[in-house]
Amino acid sequence: MTMKIFIPRESTAVSLGAHDVAQAFTHYASHHDIDLKIIRNGSRGLFWLEPMIEIETAQGRMAYGPVASSDVESIMADITDNICHEKPPCHTLALGLTEEIGYLKKQTRLTFARAGIIDPVSLDDYLALDGFKGLQKSLALSTQEIVTAVVESGLRGRGGAAFPTGIKWQTVRDAVAEQKYIVCNADEGDSGTFADKLVMECDPFMLIEGIIIAGLAVGANQGYIYLRSEYPIADEILQQAIKIANEAGYLGDNICGSGKSFNLEVRLGAEAYICGEETALLESLEGKRGMVRFKPPLPALEGLFGKPTIVNNVLSLAAIPFIMSQGSQAYQQYGTNRSRGTLPFQLAGNVKQGGLIELPFGSSLQDLIDDFSGGTASDRPIKAIQVGGPLGAYLPLNKLDIPLDYEAFSQASAVLGHGGIVVFDDSVDMLEQARFSMEFCVVESCGKCTPCRIGSTRGVEVIDRIKNNERRAENMTLLNDLCDTMIDGSLCAMGSMTPIPVRSAYNDFPQDFYLPTQESNHD
Amino acid sequence: MKIEFSSPLSNVENIIDSLKNKEGSLLPILHAIQKEVGYIAPQAIERIAIKLKQTPAEIHGVISFYHQFRTSPPAKYKIQICRAEACQSRGSRQLEVHAKSFLNIDYHQMTSDKKFSLDSVYCLGNCATGPNIRINDDLYGRISNEKFEQVLSNVDRELK
Ligand SMILES: Cc1cc2nc3c(=O)[nH]c(=O)nc-3n(C[C@H](O)[C@H](O)[C@H](O)COP(=O)(O)O)c2cc1C
Ligand code: SF4
Ligand code: FES
Repeated sequence: MTMKIFIPRESTAVSLGAHDVAQAFTHYASHHDIDLKIIRNGSRGLFWLEPMIEIETAQGRMAYGPVASSDVESIMADITDNICHEKPPCHTLALGLTEEIGYLKKQTRLTFARAGIIDPVSLDDYLALDGFKGLQKSLALSTQEIVTAVVESGLRGRGGAAFPTGIKWQTVRDAVAEQKYIVCNADEGDSGTFADKLVMECDPFMLIEGIIIAGLAVGANQGYIYLRSEYPIADEILQQAIKIANEAGYLGDNICGSGKSFNLEVRLGAEAYICGEETALLESLEGKRGMVRFKPPLPALEGLFGKPTIVNNVLSLAAIPFIMSQGSQAYQQYGTNRSRGTLPFQLAGNVKQGGLIELPFGSSLQDLIDDFSGGTASDRPIKAIQVGGPLGAYLPLNKLDIPLDYEAFSQASAVLGHGGIVVFDDSVDMLEQARFSMEFCVVESCGKCTPCRIGSTRGVEVIDRIKNNERRAENMTLLNDLCDTMIDGSLCAMGSMTPIPVRSAYNDFPQDFYLPTQESNHD
Repeated sequence: MKIEFSSPLSNVENIIDSLKNKEGSLLPILHAIQKEVGYIAPQAIERIAIKLKQTPAEIHGVISFYHQFRTSPPAKYKIQICRAEACQSRGSRQLEVHAKSFLNIDYHQMTSDKKFSLDSVYCLGNCATGPNIRINDDLYGRISNEKFEQVLSNVDRELK
């Protein structure tokens, strides 16, 4: 009987040696005359266990991890001695049935339902697990019915600003134009985030399906995925998937025999954080410098090449197939208040168990950390958690009870953003983190507004003076004023939100700025 | 390596011709040239400008905006260290110091034998297993100082 082993081709697993492990299994099998089939799947997102391999058994898939090439021989012995004779595996790296791993079991995986389970470029695998059902249903609906379904799902943009997706689609649908575009924002520049990458590397057909449905909904026949060039494996997998979807008639001139057409192309960014901002992204797609545009006009009315354009994040578009196949209610029933559905959180930084955690909105950050992190990797106490990327606040321990919900976060002067959670232990110096936020703004500003371009440079200097004990009190006032100027005088969130992490650093960690430690309130 | 019978500039011409009719063709052209030649030389900029009916200054303006594009030959191995927050929380600041002293260069420099260059990058999407580095297109996770040296010596061995 053929033995089936799953070894991820996803980039985190590869960065930790998954290719070597796959090669070692192939080598072992050919030397021992074992009929072995290796399937290069995506990742389940349990990154501390990568490379995590799985073997197919009568009971289900059994996992081992983290596996090195040197473990292959002993794992194969465990498989043949035990699993093949229906005995429990006893290898030190054996994790039991994958589906029973607590970290996975505690999640609500709607968007990530197939991740790590399927071969990302197998159309059969995708179809076997509800793939293209949402598209089939959408093909039978009117454009307005699709848009209404998305409105009713309560889905809000997952790229950071949380704008209702259905309303954006309605604007583009209602715009009158010969040519419209769908642009998928796959620039994922925020530190601590990798959910977009996982979608593209583990379940690319889901994203493609979401984009095609967006095209049907608004009458667009051309789509672009603007992918950051830091993700070559995602690029390769997307290219393969697009080719297969074209050949199978899901893309191209006559989608599933409907007479409707849609073409999709991947375009690469070139290492510029600001090109994640939607208008800078459109400039970049047009072949220009990634300078942020003034709004209005909204991209929904005058976007790519001046045409009505949907710009949506990968996760927003990836949620669409579920919504269209299972119904708006099925999605809408999850979540809390105005944050509906699930958010794929990304737990990163100084934790034992980093990975992808898809949960309905509403539980607290504290619960997420307690349930999933396993503590800090360094075994030192947590000092700060930055949520929402480089423009998000650093939260101290006494603010971790905030519910994971867009409005609750903004009320706390924090940002949920794209769901990245980065944990720092007590060795972190918050003054250095604030300095870094300013420095990042210097490096990545598009340069259009003075407060962002020059203010950030001044910010680095002022923080250095505070650090060097030069007129600390005056420089703290200056830093606070500078933050106000950046907030008031910046065109986009790069300049206007850089003060968020900076201010959270000195408000919540005053001791690192040599300030008195009692409750301080600068806001 | 592919064996090239034609001159690099004629390759550049072919690349431009094959891509120039795409919508917003400039970035795909720049990527393709940099992939093929390693950098975008002044002659290439002139060719692009002519074929896209723009000025060389305009093309240059686009190239200089993006951290990735370069106008001079790269090192054989381009090392990038992630210096964004999640990697910082796992020790990338120490790794940066170590890498610079190990290679005896600063950021944006290359070793005198042109084998290695060192640059920073802001997030490689591998934030749960930092600190991370990238060498050309290959990503390496959980890079301690020792592992950094080990990865480099493996790469170096391949060079010979
Ligand atoms: C500086 C900056 C960087 C951004 N980076 C990204 C990004 O990498 N990915 C993303 O989807 N949205 C990013 N955004 C948000 C986009 O401008 C835009 O709101 C989003 O793509 C809309 O899609 P959504 O409604 O599906 O979220 C960024 C915004 C700013 C101001
Ligand atoms: S705030 Fe900064 S990044 Fe945004 S438009 Fe102004 S200069 Fe550009
Ligand atoms: S912060 Fe370094 S890979 Fe994301």
